Amino acid sequence: MKTKKPIIALAGNPNSGKSSLFNQLTGLRQKIGNFPGVTVDKKSGTFRLDTATEATVVDLPGVYSLYPQSLDERVVIDILANPAHEDYPQAVVVVVDSSNLKRNLLLFTEIADLGLPVVLALNMLDVAKNMQLQVNATKLAMQTGVPVVRINARTGEGLELLRQAVLVLLEKPNVPQKDYFDPAQHSPELIAEVKQKYGLTNNNLALHYLHQHDEFSFVSTEKRVDLDQLIEKYQFDSSDFQAEETINRYQKIDGIVKAAVTAPALVQAPVWTKRLDQILLHPVWGYTVFLLVLLVIFQAVFLLAQYPMDLIDGGVATLTDWLKGVLPPSALTNLLTDGLIVGIGSVVIFIPQIAFLFLLISMLEESGYMARVMVIMDRLMRKFGLNGRSVVPLISGVACAVPAMMSARSISNYKERLITILVTPLMSCAARLPIFTILIALVVPPTPVVGFINLQGITLLGLYTLGLASALLSAWALKGFIKTEEKGYFIMEMPTYKWPRWYHVGISIWESVKSFVLEAGKIIVAISIILWVLASYGPGDSMKRTEQNLRQSQPALAGQALDNAVAAQKLENSYAGHFGKFIEPAIAPLGYDWKIGIALLTSFAAREVFVGTISIIYSIGSDAGEENSTIKKRLKAEVNTKTGKPVYSTATAFSLLIFYVFAMMCMSTLATAYRETHGWKWPAVQFVYMTGLAYLLAFLTYQGLK
Amino acid sequence: MSVYLPLSNTNHLMPTATIKTIADLKTGERAIIRSFRDIALSLKLLEMGCLPGTEVVLNFKAPFGDPVGIQMGGYCLSMRKAEAATILVV
Repeated sequence: MKTKKPIIALAGNPNSGKSSLFNQLTGLRQKIGNFPGVTVDKKSGTFRLDTATEATVVDLPGVYSLYPQSLDERVVIDILANPAHEDYPQAVVVVVDSSNLKRNLLLFTEIADLGLPVVLALNMLDVAKNMQLQVNATKLAMQTGVPVVRINARTGEGLELLRQAVLVLLEKPNVPQKDYFDPAQHSPELIAEVKQKYGLTNNNLALHYLHQHDEFSFVSTEKRVDLDQLIEKYQFDSSDFQAEETINRYQKIDGIVKAAVTAPALVQAPVWTKRLDQILLHPVWGYTVFLLVLLVIFQAVFLLAQYPMDLIDGGVATLTDWLKGVLPPSALTNLLTDGLIVGIGSVVIFIPQIAFLFLLISMLEESGYMARVMVIMDRLMRKFGLNGRSVVPLISGVACAVPAMMSARSISNYKERLITILVTPLMSCAARLPIFTILIALVVPPTPVVGFINLQGITLLGLYTLGLASALLSAWALKGFIKTEEKGYFIMEMPTYKWPRWYHVGISIWESVKSFVLEAGKIIVAISIILWVLASYGPGDSMKRTEQNLRQSQPALAGQALDNAVAAQKLENSYAGHFGKFIEPAIAPLGYDWKIGIALLTSFAAREVFVGTISIIYSIGSDAGEENSTIKKRLKAEVNTKTGKPVYSTATAFSLLIFYVFAMMCMSTLATAYRETHGWKWPAVQFVYMTGLAYLLAFLTYQGLK
Repeated sequence: MSVYLPLSNTNHLMPTATIKTIADLKTGERAIIRSFRDIALSLKLLEMGCLPGTEVVLNFKAPFGDPVGIQMGGYCLSMRKAEAATILVV
């Protein structure tokens, strides 16, 4: 039988270098999962302690104390207060930022007081040195009674010592006897009663039962009611007690820090951080720099990512053509080429954009600039129920909603993050561009307005603006509907500016690509295959008869023209065709016929498929160079059999444009929303509200312009 | 030790005009934290090291004066102006 690996938890304040240490310890041997029962990402990995022992390292969310403010932070106390938890650690490494020892030690004293074996990892000593702070590790160890290790999580210095300290601690769990804060000194009878009733041995654990039992799912409901009665009986005031505890702890910490740290009279922010802030938070220069940064992100995601994306696109096409040539023609071959490979291709094609976006965003995060963007945008975004941090996802949404929604992870407030995820797909993404351009070209004349700007360009700009405005307005509307108990504070530590750690940036890109391919990817592939089946098969033998009928009725057709006619007829008789006819009554008020209905369905695979689908439906020759102009001509010529008027009237075209501005017509986005919110509820809400908006506004547009 | 200054008491002891909060500070101005007006928020602030008696400097104001950043001990903390207005200083 395999013995269970010991679990080592990494705990620490945000920005203490905990994630760097985690990356150093585990390298790429890490996996992202969920903490049981909650929708919080759990990073864990393997760390070799010696030749015989491997340990599991669990990276706990960064917190300032064991009193959580958000769902993410909740995880820490849920694990550390519950020895039966599957992630309950045998030892805790508390990573502290030495340049801010006082605040960082608060969490340390709280964890040590829970009776857990602790190693104190002194990180960022170089930053402390720059601020003229001398931290004496030996004195700190004497003061705290726990092993203290000097590390540099960026370079990996001191890891060997940390490894040894952890090994020693696992063999001989040594816990300091004296509490930094002993609640029994303040409420002896209450603490004694809680301990006795719940079989606890630790005073501070008993205190956390009192403070946080409402959230402790591992404590039965009756026991929680019992605790409420105890609280009543002893008149326990949670807020007062917590305030007193924090102040008491800081008094103890003051003593420790005075003994172990030599500091100048007044600790100042590093000079270069101050100077940079003067520019980057300036009412004029701050926004100017931010706009420039946005421009660079746009350029990279739109233009640089285009080269690898074209390569992937071409590669997939070459591969399918080659396979079609090599393999015997059969339904299985078609499933492989048109279903599976095209599906995988539509996943892989997003990788360059995701990689570029996360490269730039993690560089901005790493450098400390992102915190400043948040500060300068917070006031504006707050008005719409968003957060300063929502800026990045919204802007990225113009390229593609998939990486954009993923970048919303940096928003710690659940409600604001959720609203951001829900409205980001309203930003007009790159995939809508082909639809926009062809429909605009159809109905808007290129009348010059100013200089090289014509009416078509202005219409396009209008559609993008409409997307932005609707995202902000929807956020504003959603604000009232989404309930949360989480308090929306903006109290945030401003990190000093630092050079990005490239190793970190690399891991961030790798993780985001991996989670997209594995999580969203499998859903995209599955839906692609379903769509292929729907478009390739029809009820009974209707598909087979199609080709025979056509050959008999139009014997003159041959070659490409015949193939196109057959493809068009087959599509009409396929399940997708039947679906199009089925939904025709529903979309008729928007000005669409059943053919557009099919295109709406297939464009769910990816919006750009819309153009491909109508080109098949209207059986257009596939002369690559002339494709667009041919589609345009064909669309213009298309006549509604019932009314005798052109199908693509101004009203229908604008109705379609509006529909695509709002509709959640993209399974990749839906799959990403599922992955990011860990469930189908919010993607469903998003799908319904966006499609509802699309339908309503397209209806109004068509009826108004008709 | 009480860290809160209930509003009723405050009003009783001194005219409202003399109550100074972090939100009233000018950039570069120093002050010492005295107490808090919002209990829930004060718990978070205490945890972040905003203790009564701590000396702070107003580091920056974002464009349009909100949020603000204060330097305290070894680091800089940013908060919305409304949040800063719950920290009473002398």
